[in-house]
Amino acid sequence: MTHDRFTYLPFSRGTAMAENIRTTIISHFEQVAVEQRHTLAKLTDDRPLMESGLDSLAFAIVVARLEDALGVDPFSVAMDAQFPVTFGDFVQMYEKTYQNAAT
Amino acid sequence: MQLRSSRSLWESLSTTGRGHDTRLWASDVAVALSELGHGSALSVSLDALRGRSVLVSTANQLAAALALIEADGLARRLVLCPPDLDPAHLPYVVATAGVEIIITDNDAATMPGLGGVRVAPCSRSVTHGEIDRTAECETQWILFTSGTTGVPKMVVHTLRTLTGAIKPIGALAGPVVWATFYDIRRYGGLQILFRALIGGGSLVLAAAEEPLVAFLSRAREHGATHITGTPSHWRHALMSGATQCVSPLYVRLSGEIADQTVIDRLQAQFPEADVAHAFASTEAGVAFEVTDGRAGFPTSFVGRLDAGVDLRIRDDTLHIRSPRTALRYLGSTTESLLDDDGFVDTGDVVEQRGDRYYFVGRRGGIINVGGLKIHPEEVEAVINRHPSVRMSLVAARKNPITGSIVAADVVLASGADGTLDGTVLERTKAEILAHCRSALAPHKVPASIRVVNAVQVTRSGKLARGDA
Repeated sequence: MTHDRFTYLPFSRGTAMAENIRTTIISHFEQVAVEQRHTLAKLTDDRPLMESGLDSLAFAIVVARLEDALGVDPFSVAMDAQFPVTFGDFVQMYEKTYQNAAT
Repeated sequence: MQLRSSRSLWESLSTTGRGHDTRLWASDVAVALSELGHGSALSVSLDALRGRSVLVSTANQLAAALALIEADGLARRLVLCPPDLDPAHLPYVVATAGVEIIITDNDAATMPGLGGVRVAPCSRSVTHGEIDRTAECETQWILFTSGTTGVPKMVVHTLRTLTGAIKPIGALAGPVVWATFYDIRRYGGLQILFRALIGGGSLVLAAAEEPLVAFLSRAREHGATHITGTPSHWRHALMSGATQCVSPLYVRLSGEIADQTVIDRLQAQFPEADVAHAFASTEAGVAFEVTDGRAGFPTSFVGRLDAGVDLRIRDDTLHIRSPRTALRYLGSTTESLLDDDGFVDTGDVVEQRGDRYYFVGRRGGIINVGGLKIHPEEVEAVINRHPSVRMSLVAARKNPITGSIVAADVVLASGADGTLDGTVLERTKAEILAHCRSALAPHKVPASIRVVNAVQVTRSGKLARGDA
């Protein structure tokens, strides 16, 4: 997952949509961190997910809530995809699945 | 006990004189059982039932009750067909139970072809005539277990196992009128039919698809004093406001875990009533009743032999040995109903806190969150304590990280979903979650909450769980 995160989106609308997805993801990370009393690291694209401050239960909750919020679960759709390693990978995976679901 | 000397239900009714003052009320008709002394509700002669395997499949509960009273002691087997039996399973049932005659109030033409099986109509009224009701055998009563999916599972009971928990009501108790949300073709409802017939009293029967409010107002018209159902039935009743129209002396919950919240709410609604909960299952029979107004049961019940009922806790699961358990499963199952010591494994997991055992859930219903196990019932009990909540259903939701996570559907006390302002709704959900976090380990807290209009309840009155 080294390609540019916008390459598979139509540039004009895609940027806005992608930024929305990123914002949604970040807000769910923050919300769940507060609920689970975890301290969240700064969510940069190169941040390994394992160092984000969330444990696996918190991740599980984030994924469930993102499915409710965005209507997609990339983990169930992209069985062949690599498991995301960094926060950037994670966001890309959602953007890609969301875009595919919309087309 | 009088039944020991009676060979059939009919004999026990006539020898105790109960038949004379017992009335069964259906939605549009009542039958005084004394009428059966002068005739029959069956179109087939009772002699034709002698020694036969008879399936009772009726739309109307009163028709079924009359057929059961008439056929007990004559038929070799009585198969009690629940109203929701998938017709596709009927050939299996007929083959497994060796059914020779089907008593029904349905149009015989609608029955699937069941080569060689005689179809005998029955009705809700008694046609007068000379009847010989001399019993000649101990009839096997075949009941369906309460599981809802797949091929039906049947167990063998007898009048003796089914009526072991029933005590005659004292002469001073006044007239007793039972009403039940259960269907009499299932274990819980059949118990109430027997209580009315043998214990002395009358019974108000629900019509198929009768709305709860209509049923409870009919129960009131007939002066219902004793009302029974599952906790789910009662939560529905409380939500509907229909409980305001009845004033029972006795309220009984069974079939599911009675949590403290539902007990307290019923006691508050019916301050004059004894609110009791009982443990019973089709396989294990009626084991015990708890009358102290508290959830769970005292640890002193374990090992205590009350009327021959013996409880044992093994692997945190309740096991029961008693003369009221079913005798065996029917059919070519390899599963054994009783263990080597004669105990039935109920599959109900309990947890000891202080001098009490509390039910935490079904062994088969566990949600596994990343290797940590959760009983949906314990999460529901916490959610239900929130004042805005009337009912909840907790289930596993598939999750790529932990295998499953906990998800909750919640019915609010206001009965509202879409009608609630979005902000209020979100705030209520956040409150319920905060309430759960204060009472439950993190993995037990629902990852998501949906506010819904209603949660589905099965025909046997239990929350419709996917695993049931």
